Amino acid sequence: MHKLLLKGGLVVDPAAGEIFPADILIEKGKIAAIGQDLEASEGTVIDVGGRLVSPGLIDMHVHFREPGFEAKETIATGSRAAARGGFTAVACMPNTDPVADNRAVISYIRARAEQAGLIKVYPVAALTRGSRGEELTEMADLKEAGAVAFSDDGRPVSSAAVMRRAMQYARMVGLPVISHCEEPTLSAGGVMHEGYMSTVLGLPGIPAAAEEIMVARDIILSEHTGCPLHIAHVSTAGSVRLIREAKARGVPVTAEVTPHHFTLTDRAVAGYNTSAKVNPPLRTEEDVAALKEALADGTIDVIATDHAPHTVEEKDVEFQLAPFGMVGLETAVGLVWTELVIPGVLSPVEAIRKLTVNPARILGLQDGVIRVGADADITIIDPGLTEVVDPSTFASKGRNSPFSGKKLQGLPVATIVRGRLVYDRGLLAVT
Amino acid sequence: MNWKRKDVLGLQNLSVEEIEIILDTAVSMKEVLGRTIKKVPALRGRTVVTLFYEPSTRTRTSFELAAKYLSADSVNLSASTSSVVKGETLKDTARTLAAMGADVVVLRHPMAGAPNLLAETIPAAVINAGDGTHEHPTQALLDMFTVREKLGKLAGLNVAIIGDILHSRVARSNIWGFTKMGARVRICGPATMIPASIETMGVEVCTGIEEALEGADVVMMLRIQLERQQQGLFPSLQEYTRLFGLNRQRLALARPGALVMHPGPINRGVEISPEVADGVNSVITEQVTNGVAVRMALLYLLGGGGIPVA
Repeated sequence: MHKLLLKGGLVVDPAAGEIFPADILIEKGKIAAIGQDLEASEGTVIDVGGRLVSPGLIDMHVHFREPGFEAKETIATGSRAAARGGFTAVACMPNTDPVADNRAVISYIRARAEQAGLIKVYPVAALTRGSRGEELTEMADLKEAGAVAFSDDGRPVSSAAVMRRAMQYARMVGLPVISHCEEPTLSAGGVMHEGYMSTVLGLPGIPAAAEEIMVARDIILSEHTGCPLHIAHVSTAGSVRLIREAKARGVPVTAEVTPHHFTLTDRAVAGYNTSAKVNPPLRTEEDVAALKEALADGTIDVIATDHAPHTVEEKDVEFQLAPFGMVGLETAVGLVWTELVIPGVLSPVEAIRKLTVNPARILGLQDGVIRVGADADITIIDPGLTEVVDPSTFASKGRNSPFSGKKLQGLPVATIVRGRLVYDRGLLAVT
Repeated sequence: MNWKRKDVLGLQNLSVEEIEIILDTAVSMKEVLGRTIKKVPALRGRTVVTLFYEPSTRTRTSFELAAKYLSADSVNLSASTSSVVKGETLKDTARTLAAMGADVVVLRHPMAGAPNLLAETIPAAVINAGDGTHEHPTQALLDMFTVREKLGKLAGLNVAIIGDILHSRVARSNIWGFTKMGARVRICGPATMIPASIETMGVEVCTGIEEALEGADVVMMLRIQLERQQQGLFPSLQEYTRLFGLNRQRLALARPGALVMHPGPINRGVEISPEVADGVNSVITEQVTNGVAVRMALLYLLGGGGIPVA
């Protein structure tokens, strides 16, 4: 079997909180050795040249649209986008058509990921049948089929009674519940954050309270049921306060933030820019500041993209008619570095922790570590490399990025999954 | 005259100078309207298309007459909202109209920002005739024209806008316009109909109508729609009238000779009592006449009319 030696890198160990110079020897898809001056008698040698060698990044919130919406994205194109963005694993949300609420769809997703053969795709199964918020899915069967969590992302469970039962049952099955927190009667009709910008643009707003009420409800239900709860895409300062307080009390709650929510505000919607239409909506400067603070103090555990590709035609319409969502896989690392690491909000190790071990721990995965015997899933990051975002270069089918033209620093240059180079920016010497 | 702008999409982005050019041009147009033969050849050979995705008799007729008085060829196109969702996209419709040679497209659309989308798609001039709850620039311009004509100025005036501010594109355009021209704007309405952070637009938010009317030079009443009651935004028309209706007693709080305005159509006895609507302070019918003059001015400026009016 092929051997791969990564020479001269700075290895990031997010679990131990260390960065140290070392070579990594990969054999049979696993990490065989970590140490100084390793030699390979055969196989390929990659000169990392002092760049960061991170455990493979995990994006625990993507929409790969297959089955059902292949014009937006497929598991193959989504996998390519993930690899290009430095991600070795993703968890894909179940709002496909049909909804991933049964073993057949979960198996199909896994088979398509296998065929694509690039990255690890972990399916998230629906919490309720058809994500209709009424009957529970066969959670034990779904877990056996390979589901790593349950969520009705995009169609949040409005009934507190159903949510309570679902969390009781998910806890028994032993998988976390991921909640897209949105109180539907408050958000109804809304297309952007409710505030000065929505007033000026004359667009119906989604108040911060629509998210916070559900964050509060689900925290209470998590405490009540003991079910691990992961709050998806936190967007408001009020949600941060609720999560911080719940964590202090010992409620089994974790949370994620997206790069767009810690980078942009509702001002990005000016000019009716449909690329900036996303749910939850882009909020205010105060919210962005609170999200950064929550990243720094550990209230927010995970950075996830909520990668949501749409076709150009779907977004090229009146703002109110455009679908919610933006692509995120291929700009995530650059935004984490540019917006968080370089300004000192997070250290490189802290940032990588929120992209590796933390999501792995929440989803119960063995990934996200560099350890002898572990899968050789590795992302090489060049913290000095810059580029201007150009959606036309994306591997994703989606072009719906609000970051077009933005200069980013700190980019993935190579992605290795189970010892195989699945993305190579062409900057490393390979012999 | 030094007009450069291709489109008029809202008052937010118009400069004071541009607003003055429009209002000054409208003065000449109003003079044309006073003639026995009210037709000038200014836009002969030009084509104006009114594209209305919302029913509107008064605005569409006003634009259509404005085009005819300037000798432009005008075509009306009414589309239902369902065709917006299901059929041809707005951009494709716009491209079709542009390809047929439209010089000016007047758009009324239920969705905010639709005119912006149109304007960036086609070379023709686009005039926003009301988009969702965003802007209604021609209404605000005719309101400013009316006030300037009656009171001789805009700067320093106290303007009270009363009613459903949340859903009012007229209120938004008037707030931008009047504040730009140096007037002080107060708004007042049910707490459920005051949009978030509107004070950042430079207005004072008043809780009671009396406070809003105190010393006002201009009182602008907005139409209240019954469907807002069904949406739970106010309990009853009776209570609405009791709290926010304009009557003679309340009008006495305003400056003597204050102008009473309404963009129409009026709910008599609801937001405004008949005696006030028909009273000496009311300029509601003159607003309609001035609407034609202001729309002529905009068509003339944007339609590239080379032939002098006078």
